[in-house]
Amino acid sequence: MEGTPPRILVALPAYQEERSIGGLVRSLRERFPYDVLVVNDGSKDGTSEASREAGATVLDLPCNLGIGGAVQTAFLYARDRGYDAVVRIDGDGQHEVEDIPKVLEPILAGRADAVIGSRFLGEMEYRVSIPRIFGIRFFRLLVNVTTGYRVTDPTSGFFAINRSLIEFYSHHYPSDYPEVDAYILMHRLKSRAVEVPVRMYERAEGKSSITAYRAVYYMVKVTLSFLINRIRRFG
Amino acid sequence: MNRVTLFSICASSALLLYTLEMVRRRKLREEYSILWLAGSVVILVLSLKQDWLVGIAHAAGIAYPPSFLFLIGILFILLILIHFSIAISKLHQMNKKMAQEIALMKGGIENGSLPRTGQPQERKEIIS
Repeated sequence: MEGTPPRILVALPAYQEERSIGGLVRSLRERFPYDVLVVNDGSKDGTSEASREAGATVLDLPCNLGIGGAVQTAFLYARDRGYDAVVRIDGDGQHEVEDIPKVLEPILAGRADAVIGSRFLGEMEYRVSIPRIFGIRFFRLLVNVTTGYRVTDPTSGFFAINRSLIEFYSHHYPSDYPEVDAYILMHRLKSRAVEVPVRMYERAEGKSSITAYRAVYYMVKVTLSFLINRIRRFG
Repeated sequence: MNRVTLFSICASSALLLYTLEMVRRRKLREEYSILWLAGSVVILVLSLKQDWLVGIAHAAGIAYPPSFLFLIGILFILLILIHFSIAISKLHQMNKKMAQEIALMKGGIENGSLPRTGQPQERKEIIS
């Protein structure tokens, strides 16, 4: 990377986000020199058009794959085009774009393979509901006990990864609720993962992907695949 | 020959013939027919060979031999269902890869920079 600046891709998975995605892409492009990729996860609204108008590169999935499949598409794109780092943020404006350089810094400095933005490290701006805080505590314990990473925000979808993880995730990435699982994968790869404080907000538009009745499925599925990933072989 | 045995002979031969016919007409692929065929043959044989059934049932500690037939039937159904779950998972994975590939290719065409991956692959029959 001597001489040439690192190539950085900001990846936004988006499903039915036509109202927020355009503004988000524009604010990214105004602030940063990074390429912006929107992976439209089979939206039926104008997500794709809104992203294009705002100047993003858009990949349209022909059907809804779920968040993990969409994010993995961005990793495949980044791998094929030789990006040095991918920053993944939500397409709904929950993540503060101003914090992107903070998330990238340890990777560009070569101090980490993955940097995860935590909403709990800084001044607590994010109000979390009781069931959600229970889930986060549970996953925090699961990750800390089984991997040894000191994690405060295990479900954070605001993170950056370097080339080694781009390559690995383009082959192996969980299809839904991937964030907690990713810790086991990183642990298996002996990746250096660090958290940095970031700001997150309540959703401006649209609905969270986790509704009440899916919470139980979420807990069971993530715990199962987390534990299975510990004993799985990766070829 | 009691009625339950007669019934299981009829049902298992009907299943066997139906499965074979579906394979012959290519409505059922061979690999998905194997468990159905095996199940119906086992039940048919045990229905015809009463003394085998009684012998195995007693060895397994089952007092009423025909209920051993039901057990065999249930076990085959479970096997077939697991087989299907595995097949669905495989299809799910293939579907995901294909959707991702399509999105990447469409994106590449739009940007006029389709990454070339060498010679176009030889066409393979989708249903072989």
